[in-house]
Amino acid sequence: MPIRTVMKANEAAAWAAKLAKPKVIAAFPITPSTLIPEKISEFVANGELDAEFIKVESEHSAISACVGASAAGVRTFTATASQGLALMHEVLFIAAGMRLPIVIAVGNRSLSAPINIWNDWQDTISERDTGWLQFYAENNQEALDLILIAFKVAEDERVLLPAMVGFDAFILTHTVEPVEIPDQEVVDEFLGEYEPKHAYLDPARPITQGTLAFPAHYMEARYTVWEANENAKKVIDEAFAEFEKKFGRKYSKIEEYRTDDAEIIFVTMGSLAGTVKEYVDHLREKGIKAGAAKLTVYRPFPTEEVRELAKKAKVLALLEKNVTFSVGGALFQDFSRALINQKEKPILVDFILGLGGRDVTFKELDEVLEISKKALAGEEFDEVNWIGLRKEIL
Amino acid sequence: MAVRKPPITTREYWAPGHAACAGCGCATALKLATKAFSEAMEEKYGDPNAFAIAQATGCMEVVSAVFPYTAWKVPWVHVAFENAAAAASGVEAAWKKLGRKGKILAIGGDGGTADIGLQALSGMLERRHNVVYLMYDNEAYMNTGIQRSSSTPYGAWTTTSPPGKYSIGEDKPKKWVALIAAAHQIPYVATASIGNPFDYVRKMKKAAKVDGPAFVQVHCTCPTGWKSPLEKGVEIARLAIETGVWPLFEIENGDFFNIKIQAPGGGAKVKREGGKIVAIEFKKPIEEYLKLQGRFKHLFKRPEAIDELREQIKAMWKVLGVDVYLPKPEE
Ligand SMILES: Cc1ncc(C[n+]2csc(CCOP(=O)(O)OP(=O)(O)O)c2C)c(N)n1
Ligand code: SF4
Repeated sequence: MPIRTVMKANEAAAWAAKLAKPKVIAAFPITPSTLIPEKISEFVANGELDAEFIKVESEHSAISACVGASAAGVRTFTATASQGLALMHEVLFIAAGMRLPIVIAVGNRSLSAPINIWNDWQDTISERDTGWLQFYAENNQEALDLILIAFKVAEDERVLLPAMVGFDAFILTHTVEPVEIPDQEVVDEFLGEYEPKHAYLDPARPITQGTLAFPAHYMEARYTVWEANENAKKVIDEAFAEFEKKFGRKYSKIEEYRTDDAEIIFVTMGSLAGTVKEYVDHLREKGIKAGAAKLTVYRPFPTEEVRELAKKAKVLALLEKNVTFSVGGALFQDFSRALINQKEKPILVDFILGLGGRDVTFKELDEVLEISKKALAGEEFDEVNWIGLRKEIL
Repeated sequence: MAVRKPPITTREYWAPGHAACAGCGCATALKLATKAFSEAMEEKYGDPNAFAIAQATGCMEVVSAVFPYTAWKVPWVHVAFENAAAAASGVEAAWKKLGRKGKILAIGGDGGTADIGLQALSGMLERRHNVVYLMYDNEAYMNTGIQRSSSTPYGAWTTTSPPGKYSIGEDKPKKWVALIAAAHQIPYVATASIGNPFDYVRKMKKAAKVDGPAFVQVHCTCPTGWKSPLEKGVEIARLAIETGVWPLFEIENGDFFNIKIQAPGGGAKVKREGGKIVAIEFKKPIEEYLKLQGRFKHLFKRPEAIDELREQIKAMWKVLGVDVYLPKPEE
């Protein structure tokens, strides 16, 4: 029987790791993810998890050790955030290029400077072009579930890519919520043992990994990473379906809420989706045709689902906790790309909000609504809007 | 007719056909290292192949693993420039979990070890991974075209330490990574040289058989970066030992009071106390080593720089507990 209990997302992530039974974990503490390696070391110390836990001296070495372990053919896990993920940056490309199905749990946190430990998505968004799959959790249950799903997808032979699962700093990492811990047997059935067929360091059948490629081969190698990302779309759907069958919780790449007759759809990721759904309820009570959509999967980018979503609204309001300077938010660019060649497309309005842990309340969402209404009415509007900006202190 | 057993296994792990420059001393160093490892694994585990390599970016990596070819007949992985030790940590942890017997060999150049990879190396040693770290020391970043590293000796020309009106060439003393490694109090640290291959092989075997981490720093020539004759690699390496430029020693368990210094040869007079070498009077001046290499050519117009190098070498020996006398050419 699954256990129903309450826990923080960090604990949920550690539980997910425990249930996935990685053989090697390498991690270095960083706020807000510190509890994950702490909890895992407890599991290892108690004999609840039979794994090697490498207490590395930096995140660069954490991910490097994960690459070494994964190249040796074992399931591998780590956790980090913010500067830690940034320090891993170089090796993230390598892990994807070497097609190693490592899973990272990320407590989504802002990047310096100024130093700030609170939530936004700049850390994982900055790694969107590394080839890694990216999942974003709305709540602690999703943090647990998506880590299991991430392993499943990452290790699928059609994919073989590393995956990161993000959940918002403090809003989730440190907040206690009800979480169902699934049965080990069911998780074992769902994930199975990881059996590497392409990456192993076995003296009985020596292989060379991580070679140099001349121009004659490099593009093809990169293309296979592209192709694997494409393949992942179907594999993710399959994994979601199987997950629902085994665990009873339903996931989709884009989760829609009251979108059917919506004129304005608020699109977001992570914990903000919860607030936005409530806000939509509030607007519906006032007779405003609003809906919400949440990207659970950001990489591979769910282009098809975005196009389907776009058919339902006149305005898509993109709520983003990240910035691409001089351009706007990352979702804005991705949605624009997905829709640019479509015959009928809604108006896209970009909202940068909640950076560095700034609260996003109904007050901020009212601002979003006002601008979206303008766009809906055909009035002039700014493509990129910084919401809740305290202009008086600039 | 009796056939003599070869002094080292004829098994090959680093196959010919790699793309290193003609006369590359580092290629020799790697070839010998893998042979020594194989012998040690055979003696320790009954399986000569019971090892895997994690290697840093650098000359020896790019010349040996050009897709779709490989020079490696042993499981081998390259991750990046600064993380051979960290990657090796991961491989070792995985092997432990897989119940695989054997040892991991991490390989890095002086740049990947003394500079950018020092932190990962320190972490790996401190955590006591069962890894031998081999630093092949060609005293510069050769792969990117001969830039100075912290292991480049005083006075040497490199493309980022060019001699000129205001420059003598490299202006800092060489960083001694072996001593830094020993400060981690790991089971085994040694310096070696392709100029003394038997000693090098013995040390690599010893390192491979130790339980826990070991560090070996092997001095190996690079005719391209040192501007030296292709065929004189081993001779130059041996001269480094015989003139005092390159000390050969072993340190076990970080015991700095018990550094085992090896006699240099080349006619040097060695003074011992209680079996330990306490003083060496070298017979060959360091100029004999320097003059065979274009990278030191400019020093011969600046003899005070060579004297400075002599002082630095003396100071380094002093740290090892040995008083040395380094002659000048005319003496
Ligand atoms: C992070 C990073 N910085 C710089 C480089 C470029 N780079 C590749 S190899 C190398 C120098 C290697 O020098 P060393 O470790 O001494 O090995 P050698 O080439 O001499 O064998 C440099 C600077 C890199 N690959 N990665
Ligand atoms: S540049 Fe030097 S170290 Fe590199 S392959 Fe050539 S000789 Fe060897």
